[in-house]
Amino acid sequence: MTTRDNSIVVEKLVREFRKGPRAVDGIDLYVAPGEIYGFLGPNGAGKSTTVLMLTTLLPPTAGTARVGGYDVRNEGPKVRSVIGAALQEAALDPLLTGRDHLRLQTMLQAIPRAERKPRQEELLERVGLTEAADRKVRGYSGGMKRRLDLALALVHRPSILFLDEPTTGLDPQSRTALWAEVARLAREDNVTVFLTTQYLEEADVLADRVGIIDHGRIVAEGTPTALKAEIGRPSIHVIPCREDDRQRIAGLLAEFGEPLGDGHDLAVRLREGAGMADVIRAMDANGVVVDDVELRAPTLDDVFLAKTGRTLEGAAESGDGAKAL
Amino acid sequence: MSALPTQIGALAQRSITRTARQPASAIPPLIFPVALMLLNSGGLHASTELPGFPTGSFLAFALAVPFIQGALFSTMNAGTDLARDIQTGFFSRLSLTPVRGSALLAGQLAGIVTLGVLQAVFYIVTGLLLGVRFASGPAGIALLLLYAALVALGFGALGSFLALRTGSGESIQGLFPALFVFLFISSMNTPRNLIAVDWFRFLASINPVSYLIECVRSLIITGWDAEALALGFGIAIALSLVSLALAVWALGQRLERT
Repeated sequence: MTTRDNSIVVEKLVREFRKGPRAVDGIDLYVAPGEIYGFLGPNGAGKSTTVLMLTTLLPPTAGTARVGGYDVRNEGPKVRSVIGAALQEAALDPLLTGRDHLRLQTMLQAIPRAERKPRQEELLERVGLTEAADRKVRGYSGGMKRRLDLALALVHRPSILFLDEPTTGLDPQSRTALWAEVARLAREDNVTVFLTTQYLEEADVLADRVGIIDHGRIVAEGTPTALKAEIGRPSIHVIPCREDDRQRIAGLLAEFGEPLGDGHDLAVRLREGAGMADVIRAMDANGVVVDDVELRAPTLDDVFLAKTGRTLEGAAESGDGAKAL
Repeated sequence: MSALPTQIGALAQRSITRTARQPASAIPPLIFPVALMLLNSGGLHASTELPGFPTGSFLAFALAVPFIQGALFSTMNAGTDLARDIQTGFFSRLSLTPVRGSALLAGQLAGIVTLGVLQAVFYIVTGLLLGVRFASGPAGIALLLLYAALVALGFGALGSFLALRTGSGESIQGLFPALFVFLFISSMNTPRNLIAVDWFRFLASINPVSYLIECVRSLIITGWDAEALALGFGIAIALSLVSLALAVWALGQRLERT
């Protein structure tokens, strides 16, 4: 395994498009060697534009970025030699087989002739595509395409891996399998992983640290645990037994914290010192009957809400955010 | 960095494999031009009785057309394939490898030229089987294959340029009929000196496609006609150089990588 610098250092990185807003608006970030960095944000927030700049496919408008110790603006070929990337949507040729893709990639990546075939077989086995290797990709499932995409990104043994929404559209089983492989690459091979996602669970499970981007700016950064701890207080969610009680319950809950959601949900972020028992006692004293009361620990969505004033899901649905590529 | 020939070979192999695996785009460039040639030969055979018609076999006269028609099909296929690569992100995948920009283009074109030569072999064999005798002999057939490669290169580079500029397969297909107009206002069905309508003769005379066809025709029915060969090769070389220059420029615009 390589011992060279496989960190990512970004300072005041900007990308502007003609007739458009700043897709990336002066971001700073650092990803340590062997770390899995989750870049979280809604559609159009600037995630993919950032990845395109860090993988040298799009020149920055301003700012600097060093990937693997190389400047993305002036040392493109060197950057490309140390990175692997699986960009949004598995970019595969439907008429080629999995093996054809790997053969092409090993040739273009200058793998010595004698090593090409063993490397192809090793990667096919690693991503579980040995049996399907000679089938055309157009017959592959979404999960198989993503796994092949990952194998292609690993052909030249990169020390830094960029994965742009690698599990979008995958079934839970395929998603879990891909997470396992990404985690293994970081833990066993010390590969630095820069992962964009709009799935909170993915960032929570996989990432050592998370950066939350919105409107081209990083609005929060830290370990998932630290970010959630920053929000600190849990929330309480109530399902009324009778719809008629909704107004009364909302009034009661407001005494214990700030309301959450769009006003329809009966939920509050608990104030300092307030607990679930206090809420239940108050409802009991007022003769309110409920179907369910749930205490929830803070999630990354809560972090997103606290930092941007919107839920991640809501931001994605509204299409709010900077121009996406 | 892998050697340029390895990169070009890998990409050319992919281009050929793709074509071989989609009969719907591989067969029309072979069948349609031959079918049109046979139809024209049946319907226009009487033209050979016109005073000054260069041969008694309309089939020999018409055999030149498929070579250029097939090349036009290649233009569309080359452009559509490249545009699809851009749309699907495959082009970005290739851009992330150490492959040189020149190899990206050369690999694509090497595949097109190979297919262009294979098409030409098919037309030649078809002509021979139908009784056409090549006046220039085996050396002329060899030269014809070289010419087919050159024409495929020119039209293939033109298709690549259009794909790189538009990034859209639909746009390429939309331009295809416009390219075919050049074929129909050429000397494809009648020698220029026998075209009676003045404006049509004028258009056919300023249309470079006429000279591309007449170069092939000269090798089939005349033998070694220096003027026709010079004009045909000259135009094919000029087309290739201009198209290649445009494609290289468009590649530079499309390939934003640092």
